[in-house]
Amino acid sequence: MTRLKIERATAPLWVRPLIPVIAAVITFTLTATLVILAKANPLEAYYHFLIAPLSSRVSAIEVLVKSTPLLLVGAAVTFAFSAGYWNIGAEGQLYAGAVAAAWLGTILGNLPALIAVPVMLLGGFVAGMLWALTPALLKIKLAVDEVVTTLLLNTVILFVVSYLLNGPWRDPVSGWPQSPEIASSAMLPRLLPQARLHLGFVIGLLVIVALWFILSRTSLGLKMRATGLGMEAARFAGVNVNRTILTAALISGGIAGMAGVSEVAGIHFHLIDAISPGYGYTGIIIAMLGGLNPFGVGLAALFIGLLSTGGQTVSRALGVPAYLGDVVQAALLLVTLGAFILQNYRLRWVANEPRSSSPLHAASGNELKPD
Amino acid sequence: MPAIQMLGITKRFDPVLANDHVDFSLEPGEIHALLGENGAGKTTLMRILYGLYHADEGEILVDGQLAHITSPKEAITLGIGMVAQHFTLVPSLSVAENVVLGYTRGLGFDPLAAQQNVAEAAARFGIKTDPAALVRHLSVGERQRIEILKALYRNARVLIMDEPTSVLVPQEVNVLFETLERLRAAGLSVIFISHKLNEVMAVCDRITVLRQGRVVGTVDKTETSQAELACMMVGRETFGVVRHGEHPQGQVRLRLDHLNALDNKGLPALKQVSLEVQAGEILCIAGVSGNGQAELARVLAGTLKPAEGRILVEDQDLTGSDPSRFLAAGVGRIPEERHEGTIGELSVAENMVLERLDDFTRNGLLDRNLIRRHGEQLIAEYQIKAQPTDRMRTLSGGNIQKVVLARALSGKPRFLVASQPTRGLDVGATEYVRSKLLEQRDQGVAVLLISEDLDEVLALADRIAVIYEGRIVGVIPTQEASLEQLGLMMSGACPQGAARGGNS
Ligand SMILES: Nc1ncnc2c1ncn2[C@@H]1O[C@H](COP(=O)(O)OP(=O)(O)OP(=O)(O)O)[C@@H](O)[C@H]1O
Ligand SMILES: [Mg+2]
Repeated sequence: MTRLKIERATAPLWVRPLIPVIAAVITFTLTATLVILAKANPLEAYYHFLIAPLSSRVSAIEVLVKSTPLLLVGAAVTFAFSAGYWNIGAEGQLYAGAVAAAWLGTILGNLPALIAVPVMLLGGFVAGMLWALTPALLKIKLAVDEVVTTLLLNTVILFVVSYLLNGPWRDPVSGWPQSPEIASSAMLPRLLPQARLHLGFVIGLLVIVALWFILSRTSLGLKMRATGLGMEAARFAGVNVNRTILTAALISGGIAGMAGVSEVAGIHFHLIDAISPGYGYTGIIIAMLGGLNPFGVGLAALFIGLLSTGGQTVSRALGVPAYLGDVVQAALLLVTLGAFILQNYRLRWVANEPRSSSPLHAASGNELKPD
Repeated sequence: MPAIQMLGITKRFDPVLANDHVDFSLEPGEIHALLGENGAGKTTLMRILYGLYHADEGEILVDGQLAHITSPKEAITLGIGMVAQHFTLVPSLSVAENVVLGYTRGLGFDPLAAQQNVAEAAARFGIKTDPAALVRHLSVGERQRIEILKALYRNARVLIMDEPTSVLVPQEVNVLFETLERLRAAGLSVIFISHKLNEVMAVCDRITVLRQGRVVGTVDKTETSQAELACMMVGRETFGVVRHGEHPQGQVRLRLDHLNALDNKGLPALKQVSLEVQAGEILCIAGVSGNGQAELARVLAGTLKPAEGRILVEDQDLTGSDPSRFLAAGVGRIPEERHEGTIGELSVAENMVLERLDDFTRNGLLDRNLIRRHGEQLIAEYQIKAQPTDRMRTLSGGNIQKVVLARALSGKPRFLVASQPTRGLDVGATEYVRSKLLEQRDQGVAVLLISEDLDEVLALADRIAVIYEGRIVGVIPTQEASLEQLGLMMSGACPQGAARGGNS
């Protein structure tokens, strides 16, 4: 007789890139029941989820549109996390950038796009930085936990936005809680005819490349990684840990702010309450899914973009609730994180020889008996 | 029948062959030492036995039966326990809770019954402990005893101890040895790893020596000597280092002026410490550990700000400065705890440049070629068993220490503070580090050496400052020092030499 044993052994290198794929397969198997409960054929549903969005030009471009803010927030979160600064506030910093864009966009009308667009981006970056500044200072000066402060500030800015939209910025014509439309010269240029894809996507890709470059090729990047991986040792070695954390936190906030600009100036053209359906939080998922590796993060952002486009396609084509997409996304995250842990183990068949167990030594947990 | 037999164990970490067909056997009621240079594969062999690594080849027999040990849980089931070097206790729980943690039946937990059980187990093995005490309040030696008790409580009949004495003060080492002897008398077996030959000769019955992953031989204590063991370990005879001549009066490189500092708990750890270290001399701080040495090292590394007093390095006032300013002022630091100074997830080459990043940066960009070449050069010069791109955490303990040394010395320091630089090093590496320190001295560097090893102090120091309860109780030239006198001063019994004042 043989038994199945779990043992500690790192997966070979070639398996690692496959982990997300394996995770996706497992997730879809797990969520099949839900799809069936929603009275749809799982295979058909997954076709619509994963393949259909890529099979037509329109929806394939839509995947890239959806990925645009995700690339930016994913990069923002990765930047902070790499330095061991747990910025949960990308959502709020995105809103800060969006507010700045809505404001700058209306007052820059006279300037040519060549100036207006960079000013918008810069303004959003600065706004995100400013929103990230207080928690970062509290962290380095008073050791206040940034997880709490950045998270709480997300709620604060929602009220600020709500005040602006219901007060000074309320649309004078329609009375809707939305800011006046930004000048056309401040809108991010479209990349393709008859599609919403805009400059923000290119910026997102560039930010990912910049993220990789900074982390692996610059002195700041090495200081950030040292701080994130061993703060005390980094301090001992003369790294100015506080300044590094502050820099990482502010740049992270700035990138998240650019995501806000990209949504306002690329998609909506005015500020609304629901400018982000939680992109800042999705950014955390993306950063973890990408293993804090810039290119992994880029792929994860595109993948989540595909899933959210797919979620809509499924619900339209098969009449299942759009929430199914969210469920699959969440399940995927859990399975992927699980897979990353399980790659350190392997299963093996071993011959079952008699063992010298006294009664006290009888219980042995780490084995699965095959039927 | 042997309690444990390991046959033909082979373990490869590409490109290193950490264990190469190792045969090892352990009798019941035996204390068996594993000796070997840094990186010889001792820890790897024990991690295989405890199920933390899986051998590529070879078999393990427990009580003559073939065993497949793939996790610590299975090792424990087979009666094998391990006392890790970094303890795995929960500080906020009591001793009893820690001991029974993960070994309770059902969902209920009765703290009093647990204390009762633990007290009985402790009494059975003669381990002194208070089951109700919080682990947080225990000393390192007491914590280690709890780790032992934890293994015994799980019915361990074989106890693995990887460098248990490296974290203990001498008195606690004696207590540990008494405990081990009691376990042996009760028929248990112990595998004992240490780099200190006198310890090995004091408690062990048999000794197995590893070199470069292979067994050199297994000998009976009664049939060998420290010199023979050292020779087996390094493959040649060892001689110890020689200090050349008298030290000329050099200029003062470091001056500490009435320094006071607090420890982590906010209690005074350094009291009115005044010292001077001159160029071209080694000043040793001798003392029983826990008398303020750790805080002194941290103050001189820039990671602990003194509460009062001044630190002057060549007329620069560094009081309250950051580590980067200490480095800029030419202070080289070798920390007591290796992990204090290195980052496990970064590469060896990256760790080696961390202290002098500016020298390896052009316009904010890392000069990656230079970093790699610097890594290769130091690895060759200091004979470190590693590649520049290896993660730091994959290095053996002694090699990590060499990286720290190489990094500190590559900065061409003018003043060097070294804290327990040979702790955990094998005979050969110890000799190497000591000769490096002497070389620095001869080149005119001012060296402050903090050590608990009196042999080391006497071999290296030009002058000896004894620290007791945070005070420098005396500074004496090495020629005038004797073991007895130092011992008395270290125990606070005889503040002899105090009249000379803090400085010479
Ligand atoms: N997880 C690992 N990955 C890669 N290499 C490893 C790993 N663990 C150990 N090694 C390598 O295996 C060799 C043996 O290491 P080991 O830790 O067993 O040495 P050791 O005899 O315990 O040394 P020391 O006395 O310094 O503690 C070393 O060259 C080390 O770099
Ligand atoms: Mg070891």
